Amino acid sequence: MKLSVAKRVGSLAMAAACSGFLGGCASTGNPKDPLEGFNRAMFSFNEGLDKAVIKPVAQGYAYVLPQPVETGVANFFSNIEDVFIGVNNLLQGKPVDALTDGMRFLVNTTFGLLGLIDVASSMGMEKHEEDFGQTFGRWGVGEGAYVVLPFFGPRTARDTVGLVFDVYADPVVNINNVATRNSLIATRFVSRRAELLKADKIIEEAALDKYSYIRDAYLQRRRSLVHDGAPPRRPDDEAALEQTDEALVEHRKAPDLAAAPAGSRPAAQ
Amino acid sequence: MFMKLFTLLLAGVSLLLPAAAQAQETAPDVLVKNVTNEVLEIIRKDKDIQSGNTKRAIDLVEQKVLPHFNFTHMTALAVGRDWRQATPQQQKALIDEFRTLLVRTYSNSLTAYKNQTVDFRPFKMQPGDTDVVVKTQIHQPGGKPITIDYSLEKTPEGWKVYDVVVGGVSLVTNYRDSFSQEVRANGIDGLVKALQAKNRSLAGAVAAGGETK
Repeated sequence: MKLSVAKRVGSLAMAAACSGFLGGCASTGNPKDPLEGFNRAMFSFNEGLDKAVIKPVAQGYAYVLPQPVETGVANFFSNIEDVFIGVNNLLQGKPVDALTDGMRFLVNTTFGLLGLIDVASSMGMEKHEEDFGQTFGRWGVGEGAYVVLPFFGPRTARDTVGLVFDVYADPVVNINNVATRNSLIATRFVSRRAELLKADKIIEEAALDKYSYIRDAYLQRRRSLVHDGAPPRRPDDEAALEQTDEALVEHRKAPDLAAAPAGSRPAAQ
Repeated sequence: MFMKLFTLLLAGVSLLLPAAAQAQETAPDVLVKNVTNEVLEIIRKDKDIQSGNTKRAIDLVEQKVLPHFNFTHMTALAVGRDWRQATPQQQKALIDEFRTLLVRTYSNSLTAYKNQTVDFRPFKMQPGDTDVVVKTQIHQPGGKPITIDYSLEKTPEGWKVYDVVVGGVSLVTNYRDSFSQEVRANGIDGLVKALQAKNRSLAGAVAAGGETK
């Protein structure tokens, strides 16, 4: 019963996603970002919301709670997730990884005091990161257009559909007691945002254009995750690499730069 | 007498030679391991860096890490196809600015270092290889492990890093789209100016205390 609803929601979302995002609306800009105008608007909306509400709350949370408690909360939610990650590993044809995920859940729920302590990692059972978007990618579904969702942030069309399944399968969302469910969802949200506080400054400083920096990092990261850390080189990467290699050879021949080989520039004193 | 001097010299040279050759031939995985361990050792003892002193972290990176990076290659990779259109002067300006930007990013991530441990993944290499990837993994209490992969190439001055990939994201090629977007809009000089402006604003932030935590 439940499954058929999930299927219907999924196919609906898939249809919406296909018509909306994969349609390849005419755009002059970046081919992998046909919805750039919409996305940038949504990005600033999310940024504004983060700056005004979410980040301050996360900062308060990180300020009030001692680090071990913060870690405990993060571990608790991470532990709940492991079953779901195991299911995705099974769907991706990785039974050994799935078994590890199941073992992690058992060990951490018992010896790790309901998941507050990540005993399993110390025992050498590696934590995985899987979701339905990755599972679809593993099955060969293309990523589709990049899209920035309100509240949820960067996704691809494929990962948006994955997200619908993720939410549906989320054990926290499926808790019947509304008060418990909502407070758990809120706590998890804040806890995850707090984990990212340190990365904020680095991205802020590194990016020339924050929007495209985050977009490209997201796309690279997802590609890497789908292939469990070993993504094949894309043809355009290959072409660009060859071109830069040629350019490099030319560059090395340039006499005025040959005098100062890279890496040995006298540091600004 | 002469013979004695000669053997002494010979011994000296034969002692020197392997040392010199070794310095150049440090295997890429050993290089990454040594530099990582050395830098982490320094940070563990340096309270200033731990409390977020970016200036000190930058000094450390300039001294210990930079000599092992090939910034020409990194910049060419980041700029992509537009690199060929740049004049040698423009290329030099791009390299300088990109280096400053990357050093700052990298230094800042060092100040965030807390009790993580680094795990060096098994490394395989064929005798003739000139381009390799050394994989490491950072373990942090209460978090998922993060992978950091270093791409190295063999140069006459030894192995040099030309790309750093954190969690599947290349710190170098991640700039390619924003760079080419800038070049399309304002040309190579526009990109140089944008990088300069970015670096200037960051330098200002350090001068103004650098305590934006």
